[in-house]
Amino acid sequence: MISGTVFDIRRFSIHDGPGIRTTVFLKGCSLRCWWCHNPESQRPRPELILRPERCIVCGACVETCPVGAIRANGQGYVTDRAICDDCGACVAACYADAREMVGRTMTVSEVMAEVLRDTTFYEGEGGVTFSGGEPLLQPEFLLALLQACKARDLHTALDTCGYAPPEALERVREYVDLFLYDLKLMDGERHRRFTGADNDLILRNLERLAATGSRIIVRVPVIPGLNDDPADIAAIGEYVSALPAVERLDLLPYHRMGADKYARLARPDPLPPTDPPPAAQMAELQRQLEAYGLAVKIGG
Amino acid sequence: MPMTKRVARLRQRSLEARPTLSPERALLMTRFYQQETERCSVPVQRARAFAYLLEHKTICIQDDELIVGEKGPAPKATPTYPELCCHSLADLDILNTREKISFAVSPETFQLYADEIIPFWRGKTMREMILREMTPEWIAAYEAGVFTEFMEQRSPGHTVLDDKIYHKGMLDFIAEIDARLASLDYLNDPQAYARQEQLKAMRIAAQALIRFAERHAEHARELAAQTTDPRRKQELERIAAVCEHVPAHPPRDFWEALQYYWFVHLGVTIELNPWDAFNPGRLDQHLEPFYRQGLADGTLTREMAEELLHCFWIKFNNQPAPPKVGVTAAESSTYTDFAQINLGGLKPDGSDGVNEVTYLLLDVIEEMRLLQPSSSIQVSKKSPDRFIKRAARIIRTGFGQPSIFNTDAVIQEMIRAGKSVIDARNGGTSGCVETGAFGKENYNLTGYFNLPKVLEITLHNGVDPRTGKRIGLETGDPRDFASFEALFAAFERQLRYFIDIKIRGNNVIERLYATYMPAPFLSLLIDDCIATGKDYHDGGARYNTSYIQGVGLGSITDSLAALKYHVFEQHTFSMDALLAILADDFEGHQRERQLLLNRTPKYGNDDDYADAIMVRVFETYFNAIDGRPNTRGGRYCIDLLPTTCHVYFGSVIGALPDGRRAWQPLSEGISPVQGMDRHGPTAVLRSAAKMDHVRTGGTLLNQRFAPQVLASDDDLDKLVQLVRTYFRMDGHHIQFNVVDSATLRDAQQHPEQYRDLIVRVAGYSDYFCDLGRALQDEIIARTAHEALA
Repeated sequence: MISGTVFDIRRFSIHDGPGIRTTVFLKGCSLRCWWCHNPESQRPRPELILRPERCIVCGACVETCPVGAIRANGQGYVTDRAICDDCGACVAACYADAREMVGRTMTVSEVMAEVLRDTTFYEGEGGVTFSGGEPLLQPEFLLALLQACKARDLHTALDTCGYAPPEALERVREYVDLFLYDLKLMDGERHRRFTGADNDLILRNLERLAATGSRIIVRVPVIPGLNDDPADIAAIGEYVSALPAVERLDLLPYHRMGADKYARLARPDPLPPTDPPPAAQMAELQRQLEAYGLAVKIGG
Repeated sequence: MPMTKRVARLRQRSLEARPTLSPERALLMTRFYQQETERCSVPVQRARAFAYLLEHKTICIQDDELIVGEKGPAPKATPTYPELCCHSLADLDILNTREKISFAVSPETFQLYADEIIPFWRGKTMREMILREMTPEWIAAYEAGVFTEFMEQRSPGHTVLDDKIYHKGMLDFIAEIDARLASLDYLNDPQAYARQEQLKAMRIAAQALIRFAERHAEHARELAAQTTDPRRKQELERIAAVCEHVPAHPPRDFWEALQYYWFVHLGVTIELNPWDAFNPGRLDQHLEPFYRQGLADGTLTREMAEELLHCFWIKFNNQPAPPKVGVTAAESSTYTDFAQINLGGLKPDGSDGVNEVTYLLLDVIEEMRLLQPSSSIQVSKKSPDRFIKRAARIIRTGFGQPSIFNTDAVIQEMIRAGKSVIDARNGGTSGCVETGAFGKENYNLTGYFNLPKVLEITLHNGVDPRTGKRIGLETGDPRDFASFEALFAAFERQLRYFIDIKIRGNNVIERLYATYMPAPFLSLLIDDCIATGKDYHDGGARYNTSYIQGVGLGSITDSLAALKYHVFEQHTFSMDALLAILADDFEGHQRERQLLLNRTPKYGNDDDYADAIMVRVFETYFNAIDGRPNTRGGRYCIDLLPTTCHVYFGSVIGALPDGRRAWQPLSEGISPVQGMDRHGPTAVLRSAAKMDHVRTGGTLLNQRFAPQVLASDDDLDKLVQLVRTYFRMDGHHIQFNVVDSATLRDAQQHPEQYRDLIVRVAGYSDYFCDLGRALQDEIIARTAHEALA
C-alpha cells in the first residue's frame, strides 16, 4: 500500500475550494516563502512543535527523552534542537499536548477513511482538497489519493505552488477537478529572494496547464512590502488575463498565523514583523485586477 | 423597512423598563378567595377567579401603542401566582437585590405580602401540597440534584395555539360549549356532571376574555376623548373598535388577528403561569390570509403590516418570565419566557409552508432584535435554500435567533408518538426544542434529569458524595466491578431507580393539578377539551405527552468512555486510584487530568468508540422512560435539552472521570463537552446524528461560529449545506452562536457597553450581561470553530 507523510486533515474546510471540503495537507514543500503560514509543512519529515502555553510542568518530557535534549529552566523546559532528533518519545508522554509531532505516515486507505467520513456533506461542489506543503512533492502518494477519490466520484482540488516537475503535474491532471494555483510575483529576481526559487518553472507549468483547459483559480497572497506594489499586481493581472481557462483570481491577504508557528518550531521567522494589508488596500487591488477583465475575490 | 419613530420609542421603552414584581394579581386572587362565600365546584371557582382578575386588573394602554394589553399593570410589571407558589419575604428580598434577573420589589409590595398575601396562602399553595405528597426518596433525589420538578412553581404548560382563533370568536366557542352542555347524557354518562362543571367553567372564562377586551375598548375611548392629537385620537378609536370586535368575533383583518391573539396570550398567562409562555406558533401560516386579503382590498400595505408586527413583538418583550424561588431560580435563570414563533415548515397538505409573511416576519425579527419572542425556522426538504439563507443572515449578526429545526424529523417524531399526519404537519416546536401538535396537545416538560449525577452515585455505591447521604441503590462497590459491563449494569439499575421515583412523583403531581388547579380558559383553546368536557390538566387535550429532559449527555459519555478505556481496557488506573483522584478534585494529579482530557476518546469527534457509548446511554435512558403511561391517557417520552440547568446540575457534582473539575457546568443539550470537540462541526454533527432523534421529542445542539466563518455569501451557502446535511441525517435542531471570544471577554469586563449583546445560551437567546459568571465563562470556553486553526 502506498503511503506518504500527512501533517493535517481538516474537515469542514470552507476556504480551500467550493462547498464543504476536507483538506488533506501533505508535508514537504519545494519553496521557502518568507510569509509561509504553514512553516511546519516545509520539511518532509515529521518534526516536533512546542506549545509552551499548555505545559503543566510535570517533567514527563525530561524523563522520557532518550537523548537528553530537554532540560528544566525554572518556568518550563528548553529543548535543544541540535540534540533532539524528532523521535516523538516526549510527545507520547506529554498528556497536556504541549509537545506535538507534526506529520505522520499514512496509507492511502487511512487517509481515505477520514476523507469519506464527510461524504454526505460534500453535496454539490464540495469534496476533497490536497494542499501542503507542496503535494506534488509526493507524486505517487498524491496520484493514488486522487485516483481513490475519483473511484468514489468525489470532487477534487489541488492546491499547488506549481514548483514541481511538469511530468508530475501532467500525471495527476486528469484526476483533478480544480487547480488552486499559487502565483506570488512576476519579477523573477525577487521571487527567488522571497521564496528561494525561480518562478520560471511555475509560470511554464501554469501556461501548460491553462492550455489543457483544466479549471484553474489563481491564488495570490498579498504580502505588504513584498508583492503588493501596484506594478507587481499589474504584472500579475496582465499575465493571468492572457491565459486561457483561469476562471478566477483570489487575493489572499497576509495574516500573522505563521509567526506563532515559527515560534512553536523554534525557528526564526524570515519575515520582518508585518501588518495584514488593510481592507481598503485589498479592495483597491481587487479593482485594479478587475480592470483586466478578471473575476477577482478577496479570500479563498 | 426601518422602524417608524413610534416603534423606535416603544422598543426603547421596552428595553429600558426595569422588571418589577407586581402584587396586583396576588392581591386580587387573595381578595377573591377571601370574599368567595358561595360553594361551587373547583373548575367553576377557578373560572370565576379568572373573571374576577380580568374584571379588576389595571388596564394599560400606553402612548404610541397599536396592539394593547399587559399581563401586569404596566410593561414588565410581573404578576405572581400565590395559589401555586407564594413568595416569602426572603424570596422577595432575593429578587429585589440579586445581581442577575432581578425584579424590583417596592416597600408597599413587601407590606402587602406580609400583611395579606402570605398569611392567607400559608399551607394552601400547590407547591406545599406537592411537597407534602412526595416520598422521602423523591425529596432526597430532588435535594441532591438528581432531577428538578417543573410543576412546583409553575403550572403545566408547553402548549402552543393553532389556527382556531383566526376563524372563531369567543362567542363561537360559547355556542360550541352550549351545544355540548345540551348534549350531556346524565342518564348514561357517569362523568356528565363533571363535564358540565368543566364546560360551565370554560364558558365563564370565554365571557371573561370578551369583558377584558371591552374594558380595553372603554379605556381607549376615554383616552381618545382626552387626547388633543388628532392622529392619536384616530388610532385610539381604531383600537377601541378592534377591541369591541375581537375576541368576541373572528378577526376581519391583520390588525384584529394580532390583537385577538394578544388577548388570548394574556388570558392564558394571567389564568396561570404555564411553563413556557403560550405562543402563536405558526404565525406566518395564520397571518398569510389576512395579509393577502388586506393587500388585495387596499386596506393594508407591507409597511402597515410590518409596523403592527413590530408593536406585537414589543408586547412579548414586555413580559418577563414569572420570577421563581429556590432551586428553580438557579436552574433557569433568565427573563425569557420561551415563546418561540415558528416560521416555514409544511402546510397541512404537505406542501411547502414558506410564504410572503415568512419573509416579512424574518425582517421583523432582524429589525426588532429583542430577547422575546424567540423564533425558529422550520426547515423541510421542500423549503427553499434562500429561506435558510435569509435566516442565516440574521444569525450571522450574532443575535442567536432564529434557531433551526428539521420539520421532516419533527413530523416523524410526532407520527411515531401516535399523532395524525395532519396534526403533525400543523405542529412544530416550542420552548427550547420540544415537539408538539399545536392546539391539540398538552406536552409537559416535567423536569430535567441529571445523567452524570446518577453515574457519580453509582461510583459511590448509592451514596451522594457531596452530602454523604445514601440516596440511591446499593449497586455494589465499583472497585469490585470486573468489567465495564458490570459498571454499566449498575448504572442502568441506578438510573431506573431514580426514573421510577421521578415518574411516581409526576403522576401524583398531574393528579393534583387536575383536581385542584384546572385551567378552564386554556382548555377552551386546546382540542378536544370542549368535546370531551375535560380540563387541559386532566387529559382533555387530544394528545398528552410527558417529557423528562436528559441533561449532560456529553459529560456522561466522556466519563463512561474514560472509565471503559482507562480502567477496564488500558488499565491506566485502577478504579480505586481513579476514584481517589476524583475525590481530590485532581489536586496534585494534573498529569492524570490531562491524560483524561487529551488521551481519551471523546464524544463529538466522530469517534465511534465514544459515540457508541453515547448511543448506549441514549438507548438506556430511552428504554427507562419511553412509552410509560402518565395519568392523562398519554405517555412518557424523552427530550435532551438543558435550558441553563447544566450549570445547576454541574454545581452538585464533584470531579468526573472525563477530567471535569468539581462543581463546573456539565455539557449542554446533546453538544459535546465544552472544548472537547476538536474535529470541526461536521464531526460534531456526525457524532450527534448517531442517536435516533426520531424517537425523542427534541434534542438541542449548539454550535458556535466566529463571525468571519460566515462573512461571505458563499459561507452562508456552506452553512445551508451543513444544516441540510445534519437534517438529512435526521438531526432535530441546530443553532448557531456567532460571536468571538474576545468580544465576549470584553463584554465581561465592560458589561455596560454590551447591554444589547444577545447570545444563544441553549434553546434560547439571552442578554450576555444578564448571565451568571459561570455561564458566561462557559460560553467563552466553547470551541469557536475558526476556519483557520
